[in-house]
Amino acid sequence: MDAMQLNLLKEIADIHGTPEGAYNIRSNGQSVGRNSTANITIESKTDKPGINIIIAPGTKNESVHIPVIISETGLTDLVYNDFFIGEDSNVVIVAGCGIHNCGDLDSGHDGIHTFHIGKNAHVKYIEKHYGEGDGNGENIMNPTTVVELEEGAYMEMETTQIKGIDSTNRITKGTCADNSTFIVKEKLMTHGHQFARTDFTVELNGEDSHADVVSRSVARDDSRQEFSSNILGNNKCNGHSECDAIIMDRAVVAADPKLTAASVEASLIHEAAIGKIAGEQLIKLMTLGLTEEEAEEQIVNGFLK
Amino acid sequence: MLELKNISYTAEDEHDIIKDISLKIDGGFTAITGPNGGGKSTLAKIIAGIITPTKGQIILDGEDITGLSITERAHKGISFAFQQPVRFKGITVRDLLTLASGKTIDFNGACAILSEVGLCARDYINREVNASLSGGELKRIEIAMIIARGTKLSLFDEPEAGIDLWSFNSLIKVFEKMHEKINGSIVIISHQERILKTADRIIVLSNGEITADGTQEDVYPELFMEIGSGTCVKLEEGGVR
Repeated sequence: MDAMQLNLLKEIADIHGTPEGAYNIRSNGQSVGRNSTANITIESKTDKPGINIIIAPGTKNESVHIPVIISETGLTDLVYNDFFIGEDSNVVIVAGCGIHNCGDLDSGHDGIHTFHIGKNAHVKYIEKHYGEGDGNGENIMNPTTVVELEEGAYMEMETTQIKGIDSTNRITKGTCADNSTFIVKEKLMTHGHQFARTDFTVELNGEDSHADVVSRSVARDDSRQEFSSNILGNNKCNGHSECDAIIMDRAVVAADPKLTAASVEASLIHEAAIGKIAGEQLIKLMTLGLTEEEAEEQIVNGFLK
Repeated sequence: MLELKNISYTAEDEHDIIKDISLKIDGGFTAITGPNGGGKSTLAKIIAGIITPTKGQIILDGEDITGLSITERAHKGISFAFQQPVRFKGITVRDLLTLASGKTIDFNGACAILSEVGLCARDYINREVNASLSGGELKRIEIAMIIARGTKLSLFDEPEAGIDLWSFNSLIKVFEKMHEKINGSIVIISHQERILKTADRIIVLSNGEITADGTQEDVYPELFMEIGSGTCVKLEEGGVR
């Protein structure tokens, strides 16, 4: 792997060299490194591109890294990754995609990730999208995440897209059985003429299931963002979604939150706010000695931290 | 030394908020009091550079700073604690103290500053300065930032506003302590008798003009007379009587 590819790996997965534990590194549409462990098996799919990640029941405190990097211009990579998480396990999964596109053709990655999370399993899923390159070709990513939580399962998904993705259409779907919890934390920043769309659908089917979907975004320059969410409460459950956006320059942000209650015991809440940086926040930081630009940077960085 | 020379400020609706005020502040603890709408907050904002005066000059240590920005004045040594502290999503107490002091603040450094305002660093250093903090907590953090800056001129706009009685007692101690080891000039806008009693000098600002300026002994009788004199002067409940 060359220095540029190593840098992409560092940006998306905080990996320096070879990761610890189980991993699969996909570069320009090919698997270039793989490691299974005693409890975690990674195998290629035979019917379509992608891998199965199988985590044995009771696996504790192990991690899986499955970064994808693309450095060829004009390459569109479609991949299906299926995760089978055994009962009572506790794992961290780090995915992510980095594109370096210096050419004039569009490069893209469409990852379809499906999680089958067993009873009482605990998963932390971290996903980071990053693009770079000075060519005219666009960096395009359309990730789809499907999460099925069995009884008592817990999944926390942290998804970040801060830099360099020209167009994204993110779809996330979750279904929750009894006593399961699905938490999503999305952080998004768009600039230039970028476009980002996110769509969350969570079905709270089980008794005492719980979902919390929080999106924080900053839209700069001429970029556009669309947020849409639907939380369906089909049982005695607790659902909360929040979309909080800072809008700057000539950007456009649309939020379309939806709550659907099909049980009198469903408790669903949505909060949405779109606005510019408050003048008093800038003034406060300027009285501490920051310039207006530095103050703006601090506020945006804090907001997306 | 801070000197205001013939400062006037007329609002957009042509209402005269500050009328030809001249004064010098050279060290010590100065309290500015007076009725609501008298121009106190406007005067503080003019000193901090948030409001540009219509007329007059602001001189800091012999240098005319009238045309300087908020940022430049902050670098010259002016600090300003807001009457209503600002909330920031995602920015922590440690971040604000670091920005205020201009250097990275470690746990011990934060502990030294936060304990001054009665907050335990362990509980607060990593807290976000967002809606989860109460008004009293925010006020203390606002004051902690001024302590972290340690500049030659510190302005506080009604530090007691929105503080409950219990927090107020510890707030008074903060200012008493600050008065003991005074560093440069401290200017506090306040209606609270206990804060006024701590001050070396009291300035009464009413209807955009200075109506009294001197020690407690000089100013107190006039304050009582003004209150007794009619309906134009109305101090906040719980304020100077």
